[in-house]
Amino acid sequence: MKQFINFIKKEFIHIFRDRRTLFILIGMPMVQILIFGFALTNEVKNSRFGYIDLSHDELSQRLVAEMDASNYFEAAAEFADRDEMEGAFRKGRISFGLVIPDDFSGSFHSTGGTKVQLIADASDPNIANTLVNYATAVIQDMAAGASQGLQIPYVIRPETRMLYNPQLQGAYNFVPGVMAMVLLLVCTMMTALTIVREKENGTMEVLLVSPVKPIKIITAKAVPYLLLSFFNITSILLLSVFVLNVPIRGSLVLLFSESVLFTLVSLSLGLLISSATASQTAAMFISLVGMFLPTVMLSGFMFPIENMPLPLQIISNLVPAKWFYIIVRSVMIKGTGLAIVWKETLILLAMLLFFMGMAIKKFKLRLA
Amino acid sequence: MNEYVITAENLTKSFGDFTAVDRISFEVRRGEIFGFLGANGAGKTTAMRMFCGLILPSSGKASIGGFDVYRETEAIKRNIGYMSQRFSLYDDLTVQENINFYAGIYGMSRKAIREKSAPLLKQLGLEAERNALVGSLPLGWKQKLSFSVAIFHEPKIVFLDEPTGGVDPITRREFWQMIYEASDRDITVFVTTHYMDEAEYCHRVSVMVDGRIEALDTPGGLKKSHGAASMNEVFLQLARKAKRKGD
Repeated sequence: MKQFINFIKKEFIHIFRDRRTLFILIGMPMVQILIFGFALTNEVKNSRFGYIDLSHDELSQRLVAEMDASNYFEAAAEFADRDEMEGAFRKGRISFGLVIPDDFSGSFHSTGGTKVQLIADASDPNIANTLVNYATAVIQDMAAGASQGLQIPYVIRPETRMLYNPQLQGAYNFVPGVMAMVLLLVCTMMTALTIVREKENGTMEVLLVSPVKPIKIITAKAVPYLLLSFFNITSILLLSVFVLNVPIRGSLVLLFSESVLFTLVSLSLGLLISSATASQTAAMFISLVGMFLPTVMLSGFMFPIENMPLPLQIISNLVPAKWFYIIVRSVMIKGTGLAIVWKETLILLAMLLFFMGMAIKKFKLRLA
Repeated sequence: MNEYVITAENLTKSFGDFTAVDRISFEVRRGEIFGFLGANGAGKTTAMRMFCGLILPSSGKASIGGFDVYRETEAIKRNIGYMSQRFSLYDDLTVQENINFYAGIYGMSRKAIREKSAPLLKQLGLEAERNALVGSLPLGWKQKLSFSVAIFHEPKIVFLDEPTGGVDPITRREFWQMIYEASDRDITVFVTTHYMDEAEYCHRVSVMVDGRIEALDTPGGLKKSHGAASMNEVFLQLARKAKRKGD
């Protein structure tokens, strides 16, 4: 035990002496959370829109006013014709357009139905879609209000509720994603690097010749990064709750236990990488390309997995971050318990056993 | 004084069809400085790894410090020291931290470490550098420190794997002075080297060719039996017989 503590102490000295890396390890999660939270948001706020109002009456003005009043839009200009509007689109002055025909109010009052044209700049299809959805919602709300008192039979009015995230905030999505990314990066890459560094420097030879058991060498390497990950999980959660207002609805204990589980999976991946590589450069490359990229792309955090081609969907099942992401999202945002996420938890456990077994086998093989 | 601390009898290690070490037999006495020579690929490293308890032999017998290489590798590891050609110190740890860490691995108490490291640092002339990072030390000092660390826990045997690579002749001479002092304290020194002038410093020398020990004697005896003026000539005569290519 004394031997083991001696070892951990040494690992901590390595980490604390390399100030720059330590700063990155601790600072990166916070910076990522803040960048994702404030800069890289896929929510649409105050999009500038232009309109052509051929109807010019109370109802059409009310429509424009309601659009302007919503959080999503901001009236930028009124145009006389489509050419003018097209020009504004081209210059990027507006990203959304509304054309109100001259019989807008007329047909609304006579038949109870009327038309309005929505034009979106679809050079970014996601934003265009979102804008059209927002506008449709605003228009429906207004129509519902305006038609009160009119005798229209059989109107089905859909009432939409966005469960768990009523404001459709992006933060709900990326906080779990950033957690997965950070834990993977710290644990997998740093563990792999620190072990491979010992191989490169020839110190591993001396350690193996010493009476210390290999399993102790490896565990001692992992402990500081486990603690560092704890620190990172805590700082991410604190920032999420107090700066980005993302709630933690489920059990904090469960959230932490699942994070520890994922951390262990990442650590064992790091061990596996370290026993398969001989240089720090190779270890770094494998960690980044082999672990980090799939995590970003195939965990469902950046791109929805349901929209991927089938082969990619199947491959995504092999990415541990995908399961962790699902768990964190469920526990944090939906407030579910282990009764719901037991399947994902079991998958992570199985991955842990598999990677750990492989790593130990490889390590022993190298010694034999 | 004639007690054997290393004995090997027909010790063999093969990897598949390839016999890396082929039935080597020899004994090393306590306090002896034993030179273990051979061209690259002759099987030196494999043999040394078996003596250190890192790999198991395929057949034959060997004991290190009285412990069996098959069954008592843990006991062997506690009773040997090891220094590799890369000196194996941590550059980002201070001199004292390196000593503390390696001594701690061998289970030395903090008190014992403190009591021993002060005179050691004085002897090495490193008192002022006690809290300096090892990375900032010149190569020669690192080498001496590395050797001191390898014998800090008073092992019965110390294995030195090409310990003088990249060091100038004067520093090498000083380094060998330290080896003699260790030998005077009854620490057996098992050393591999490519420098034939160093082979002359050893009490006895063995030369490995293609996995077998082709010659074993005192440097003087070897020169005489091969009719050579220097160990370099002896080595070249023997190594020329090699059929294996070095790596």
